[in-house]
Amino acid sequence: MVDMLDLTALEAHRAMCAGDLSAAEYGRAWAEAAAGDELNVYLWREEDGGSEAIAVERPCVAPIAVKDIFCTEGVPTTAGSRILEGYRPPYTSTAVQRLIEAGAPILGKTNMDEFAMGSSNENSAYGPVLNPWDRSRVPGGSSGGSAAAVAGGLAPWAIGTDTGGSIRQPAALCGIVGLKPTYGAISRYGMIAFASSLDQCGPLTRDVGDAALLLAILQGADPCDSTSVGLAEAPRLPDREDLQGLRFGVPADLARDAIVPGVREVFEATLAKIEQLGGEIAEISLPHAEHGISAYYVIAPAEASSNLARYDGVRYGVRAQTDGDLTEMYETTRAQGFGAEVKRRIMLGTYALSSGYYDAYYGQAQKVRTRIAEDFSTAFAAVDFVVTPTSPSVAFGLGEKTADPLAMYLNDFFTVPMSLAGIPAISIPAGLAEPAGGGPQLPVGFQIAAPAFGEQKLLDAAYALEQAIGFEPRPSGAPFPAIDQIKRTGSEEVTGG
Amino acid sequence: MAKLARLGLSDAEVETMAGELSGILEHVDRISGLDLEGVEPTSHVVELENVLRADVPHQSLSPQAALASAPDPVDGAFRVPSPQAEA
Repeated sequence: MVDMLDLTALEAHRAMCAGDLSAAEYGRAWAEAAAGDELNVYLWREEDGGSEAIAVERPCVAPIAVKDIFCTEGVPTTAGSRILEGYRPPYTSTAVQRLIEAGAPILGKTNMDEFAMGSSNENSAYGPVLNPWDRSRVPGGSSGGSAAAVAGGLAPWAIGTDTGGSIRQPAALCGIVGLKPTYGAISRYGMIAFASSLDQCGPLTRDVGDAALLLAILQGADPCDSTSVGLAEAPRLPDREDLQGLRFGVPADLARDAIVPGVREVFEATLAKIEQLGGEIAEISLPHAEHGISAYYVIAPAEASSNLARYDGVRYGVRAQTDGDLTEMYETTRAQGFGAEVKRRIMLGTYALSSGYYDAYYGQAQKVRTRIAEDFSTAFAAVDFVVTPTSPSVAFGLGEKTADPLAMYLNDFFTVPMSLAGIPAISIPAGLAEPAGGGPQLPVGFQIAAPAFGEQKLLDAAYALEQAIGFEPRPSGAPFPAIDQIKRTGSEEVTGG
Repeated sequence: MAKLARLGLSDAEVETMAGELSGILEHVDRISGLDLEGVEPTSHVVELENVLRADVPHQSLSPQAALASAPDPVDGAFRVPSPQAEA
């Protein structure tokens, strides 16, 4: 039954609620699709067992792929790291708990850059995920497994985490929707920490409607995470059809030279669509955004070096066998358990926090962070949204940037400022562009950012724009047909659910 | 620095990383020249007062569950190698 897999998660939910779709059959169809994983997306699937604690009594929400950073009781949770190989957490993260309570079975746990550090998924200890559009290319990262699962027809939708772009960038590179909510909108309890002041959970979905539904399930204050506040109002499904009266700010200091020509064309064409829908394009200034990468690559590694101190081979995870003393056990365990990028960031963070350098690096970066947040506040006094390309290029080749960590970091140029400011931002697929050096066309993401807790307005605008863009193509080989057929199925069979 | 981070790096790793980290630090150093005198540092983006939970006893992890993933549990505790280097 291929037809079921064509439904968006929202359509499937409505059909299940109306009794027009059997949750059991639908779940089985997706489990079969997930079993056909040729992209190295799944590190664990439901049929691998151990999942008694996450059994869903009455499924009525589409099954979901969960980034392997969310602790799930009894289910292997590795964060893409060798140091957590075989680890089965004794408790379940709030995000996963909310999914289970909403009636969404957990389809599987998805591959990711180790401890969410990376923009290509090549930093996973369990091998890279392949981009469903072109298997010689990266899916982006760090939520690359979740993005490739949705784009490749291996899951109807997924959750991931975004610290500096880890939801938005892979969503862009895989041609799907990725939303990083406001910091604090969703609980971080049980989400393995990378950089605590930046980490945020969010949806990776086929369309904006699914993102709204998933956000509605996940958001909310949680007594187990004192930094969670939730949204003031539960998100509604977006239905806006125009952008009348809305102002979209394009940063004048946007590094246009860094954007490859094909991406620039899609970006300009999307701005034209905004105007056709009645929206207004205005130039704004984010003078400190250019320092975002510098501030981020001090703050995030500093917090990571502290958060990752817990992996010491004592309480859980892997311990290296040594004959020496305790210190030697720590050093050997961490040397064997962590991959190169994680070691690099621990070193960077330890340096930035060390006595004598703290003010020059960490202190200064925190002040830049203040300036970037102020830049956004100033901009939002004049415009409703800030828009940029999500990523300066389309998906790059496997191995293309691994030798140059800085080049990899610069890939986050457009997503990091929003993370530092803690504001919500969404990436929607806006079109296709040819990669540098030729080859089949690949998806381009368009990023829209809104003021803190402006999720509803953001989703509404993204929805209107999504309808106007009508992004159609799907990667060949994915087990679902073109999107116009999905739409037809949706409107004929699942109305008024 | 590797000692501070309790990372046992090989000589080859130290050499590669030294080069990579200088490149990254050079980029990061661009912010050192900015005049940010008097700017408040941001450690957290959402304005929150102290968040306290109700001081009520509740069920927590059992010692058994807490030890279940330990590499070397013994008698309800985590066993580790001696902190004293052997002579």
